[in-house]
Amino acid sequence: MKNLVIPAFLMCFSLNAQNPSAKEIIEKVDKNMSADSRIFTSKMIIHNKRNSRTVESKSWSQGEKKSYSEYLAPPREQGTKMLKLDDQLWIFSPSTDRIIQISGHMLRQSVMGSDLSYEDMMEDPHLLNHYTGKIDGEEKFGDRICWVITMTAYTPEIAYQKQKVWVDKNRFIPLKKELYAKSGILLKKMELSDVNLIQGRWFPKKILFKDMLKDGEGTEFLIEEINFNVPIADYIFSKASLKK
Amino acid sequence: MIRFLLKGILRDKQRSLLPVIVVTIGVMLTVAMFTWLKGILNDSIDLNARFNSGHVKIMTTPYSKNVDQIPNDLALTGVDTLMAKLKISFPELKWSERIHFGGLIDAPDSNGETRTQGPAVGFGIDMLSGNKSEIERFNLGKAIVRGNIPSHHGEILMSEEFSQKLKINPGDTVTLIGSTMNGSMAMYNYKVCGTVLFGTGPMDHGSVIVDLEDVRIALDMDDAAGEIVGYLPGNYYDEEKIDQVVTRFNKVFPSLGDEYAPVIMTLRQQNGLGKMIDQIAGVGSFAVIIFVLSMSLVLWNAGLLGGLRRYTEFGTRLAIGEDYSHIYKTMIYESILIGIIGSLAGTSIGLLGSLYMQKHGLDLSSMMKNATILMPTVFHTRITATAFFIGFIPGLFSTVIGTMLSGIGIYKRKTAQLFKELEA
Repeated sequence: MKNLVIPAFLMCFSLNAQNPSAKEIIEKVDKNMSADSRIFTSKMIIHNKRNSRTVESKSWSQGEKKSYSEYLAPPREQGTKMLKLDDQLWIFSPSTDRIIQISGHMLRQSVMGSDLSYEDMMEDPHLLNHYTGKIDGEEKFGDRICWVITMTAYTPEIAYQKQKVWVDKNRFIPLKKELYAKSGILLKKMELSDVNLIQGRWFPKKILFKDMLKDGEGTEFLIEEINFNVPIADYIFSKASLKK
Repeated sequence: MIRFLLKGILRDKQRSLLPVIVVTIGVMLTVAMFTWLKGILNDSIDLNARFNSGHVKIMTTPYSKNVDQIPNDLALTGVDTLMAKLKISFPELKWSERIHFGGLIDAPDSNGETRTQGPAVGFGIDMLSGNKSEIERFNLGKAIVRGNIPSHHGEILMSEEFSQKLKINPGDTVTLIGSTMNGSMAMYNYKVCGTVLFGTGPMDHGSVIVDLEDVRIALDMDDAAGEIVGYLPGNYYDEEKIDQVVTRFNKVFPSLGDEYAPVIMTLRQQNGLGKMIDQIAGVGSFAVIIFVLSMSLVLWNAGLLGGLRRYTEFGTRLAIGEDYSHIYKTMIYESILIGIIGSLAGTSIGLLGSLYMQKHGLDLSSMMKNATILMPTVFHTRITATAFFIGFIPGLFSTVIGTMLSGIGIYKRKTAQLFKELEA
């Protein structure tokens, strides 16, 4: 009898490892995508209907609530700084020497004419803190086998009430996302690529955002350099740092 | 005979006073009604043309399809070249570039933090190049309530109502927060140089006016403009001439498959103005016809009453041997004279009143506080050539026809019974 119990237990464990629950998958995605803190430099290549332009920035974020960005190029945007604390955002414009606060639905407006909203750009939410998931099945995306997971928000304040995510089965990285409003309207599509092993985690260095309510060819968001879980001085997340 | 009849009308007040008063009042009301309706139509067209549509407007096709959203990302580019070409190809029109924009006006406190903020609709017009035509079209000289028209770059005009709502005064600095042509957030500081009152709801609720070049810098629209408006000489909209301009424009600027090629739209093709003009003109004409007809009935009736009132007089005249047709003719001549006197008096009074209203207007702003469409709040009358003769339709013709009908009764009078009738 003992000879049968142990192999059966091992088989169950192995099956469970091959077919994790949606919650387990999301947890692993969070481990790759989110961090206690991040510092990164990025380029946004915005493909408008009439032209394309590139905006460069450096960003600091801590947890889900604190984020700070400074724009480095082009010259017109250089020196513009943004500070987001919880659901409030302050923008410093060097040409006016003013700090303007925006909040509420304005946070869902486009950043610099891109397909990213301020929330997309500056938030790093742990998916498990906001969504419950359900595995719809498996699908091939590009040359990768993915789980297709539908995530539904249980916190009303989150920007996208539903997400459909294609998660790489081996690397636990979302490769494609469809973001929906509460009404069911498809708001945005994302395609994540150029996945690299960075500081012990898989991370996509290129994300193509497409705002489905906007004309244009989408915005390429390219991570040039990223550091996870590095200490960030508190003053960075203060209004005083905006005018520095 | 006419001199004799005229003397009779002037000396016998009982015979002429009432008919002349009735005709005068009727004609006066007809003229006033006609000029009032013409004035409303004219004011509406003029206001829309000056502030918004021009007599023609040039935009890109996608901009024209979403013009209500002020999509400056779809604005015209290469505007300097386009303007030069327009001035050569269409010298009979006056052309002006404009940029409409939306945004927030943010006023800081002493620490530079937001003290007050409100949504604004902005007009970027040429105020500082030395060409005063846009300043005149917006009537800025008269619209100024406090302060002055911008004389330097970096200055902004606010509507008086908006400035009071945000507690902003001339001399204060405000920040425009808007969107550049590329969709980036735009922030630009302006000094408030004055406040304006246009007397039209949507313009007075929350508008700001800035020099075109300042808007170009703020919204990153170098050599671009949302629209180019064109005006015929004298700012008078002539549909026939405008149609000719459109035909020529389409030959000079063929689209050739370019999505952002300039397209031209007439005043009638914009914002449902054509439909509005036709509806106002249709309703106006219908109202004038109904009014003229009803006044005709009143004056016809006055003619009939006049004939009946003088039943005894005609009997006496027949009894002393005057001919039927002579009496009938004198009646008609008299009514023509009364019609002419009444129509002249009524038209004169009506035109004088209309002239006063054309100059000063009637302020109905208190009734149009919440208006959201571009309609004038001060209504003026408009005296046209038709106003000089429209009153003669009820005043002269109806009076004469009324008299002619009532006069037929004279022929039915029998001389044998006249003395009996007179004795009774």
